[in-house]
Amino acid sequence: MSELAEIITQNEDQIRAEWLRDMAKSLQRSDLMSKAELEEQSLAVLNAVVMGVKTSGPTDMSGKGWNTARELLQEISSSRARQGFSPTEVASFVLSLKQPLFSAIRREQSKNQDKLFDTVWVATEMLDRLALLTTEAYIAAREELIARQQQELMELSTPVVKLWEGILALPIIGTLDSSRTQVVMENLLQTIVSTNSKYAIIDITGVPTVDTLVAQHLLKTITAARLMGAECIISGVRPQIAQTIVHLGINLEDVITKAKLSDALALALQRSGRSVIRSTAAGTSSAGAVAGIKEA
Amino acid sequence: MDRIPVLRMGSLLLITIQVDMHDKLALQLQDDVTQRISEWGSTGVLIDISSLEIVDSFIGRMLANIAAMSRVLGAETVVVGMQPAVAITLVELGMSLPGVRTALSVEAGMELLFGATLGFKREAEDEFGEM
Amino acid sequence: MAKCEVLPLKNSNDIVLARQKVRQWAIDLRFSLVDQTKLVTAASELARNALHYGNGGEMTIETLNSGARTGLRLVFEDHGPGIPDIEQAMRDGFTSGSGMGLGLGGSKRLVNEFNIESEVGKGTRVTVARWK
Repeated sequence: MSELAEIITQNEDQIRAEWLRDMAKSLQRSDLMSKAELEEQSLAVLNAVVMGVKTSGPTDMSGKGWNTARELLQEISSSRARQGFSPTEVASFVLSLKQPLFSAIRREQSKNQDKLFDTVWVATEMLDRLALLTTEAYIAAREELIARQQQELMELSTPVVKLWEGILALPIIGTLDSSRTQVVMENLLQTIVSTNSKYAIIDITGVPTVDTLVAQHLLKTITAARLMGAECIISGVRPQIAQTIVHLGINLEDVITKAKLSDALALALQRSGRSVIRSTAAGTSSAGAVAGIKEA
Repeated sequence: MDRIPVLRMGSLLLITIQVDMHDKLALQLQDDVTQRISEWGSTGVLIDISSLEIVDSFIGRMLANIAAMSRVLGAETVVVGMQPAVAITLVELGMSLPGVRTALSVEAGMELLFGATLGFKREAEDEFGEM
Repeated sequence: MAKCEVLPLKNSNDIVLARQKVRQWAIDLRFSLVDQTKLVTAASELARNALHYGNGGEMTIETLNSGARTGLRLVFEDHGPGIPDIEQAMRDGFTSGSGMGLGLGGSKRLVNEFNIESEVGKGTRVTVARWK
């Protein structure tokens, strides 16, 4: 419908002015966006809409002419989602264009009621579609943010701790599912490389249950570490877990397991050629005796 | 590059693989290593793969072959610097690189081979056993 | 909106090129480092199969778009002798030193989707895909 395009073009300035004025009354979030920025965006969107209507018509949103408008609205929507605008505020940005647009249409076509109705209908459908587009882009941006935060949470909740030179500890708290184990595994292996640690103690005191899948993941981590030249010790194996492991027939032949983290640490220290020396009496040390961990 | 350089450090052979190897290059390396061990009487081979982003079954077999052939010639092999992503993939592939000893770094590798390294003496590592 | 490219697998250098190409596409699609490595390694295995067992062939790379998800699909096709017993081939590991293991079973574990078609005397086609 080329009439719509013409109406917009001929009334462009007035439409834009009214649009901005309406937005100023209700929508302006001056805490999040400056007036100048808002004006700039509005101008760009209006131009893009004009181009869309002129090139591909007001109904076919997938047409080439609408590319600019679509990309522009997606960008605006995503960035506003990140800035903290509400979904209504983002959609209203587009929808508030209706009032000035309808006013312009009425001005131009007041003589012919049927035509007026048709044009308004086409215009409202067009703007509805654009508003839906912004809402979808908003949702997509939010989901991406949530996914990123989930990832960060997973990484933070399983820190790799350096116990001593060359000895790492990985205390796992909570249930291990497939994706979490992957993150944990990669994190551990990366830390092994960056700290040049030959020993990694995986403490599962905080893991409520171990099923075949979890055991498989742990075994893969241990095998990968071994391939790289490091050794893993599993500690914190509670009696129930020990029973489950045997019942499930999980083969831990090649894996060193200890009930207590302290035992695992002692083993790692010993394997790396260190010994722990205690001073002769509490608070005092005899000449020559060193309290602490002695590097061989 | 038409050949991966094999460097000599006393009784040690040092090989750093930095390129994405095609098959001929890998086979050439196998040849060169065995040649050099014979020529120089080397007792240790250190292969640094810290720059290798891919180890597929062919490269894996190459490494295992080098270790096996070197052993027959009286030399021990250590592969160092495997990247985490590579290790994870090898485990998934099901490759365990039998007969290939590994270490995290060149220094750790030399320790494994000779039991002592530049300036820092530690108790020699023996096989893992029950504590 | 899928992008698509075909690479020949005629000599051992082509395998290296195929690896690099897959790596680049995976990077462009922002796959994680581990996922990249798995995909490139699988590509290396399958490209090698097509070359040595299939007497040469080609690899097709294609991006996949399914709603919100993006992925990468690789197709390895050759017109070689074909595989008489696919199940057996999938089971063969890297066991014997003769290296007859086709690495098929291993590759399957590195990808999300795996499909193999083969006809004796006609050739083989392996399709794999990995999603982000």
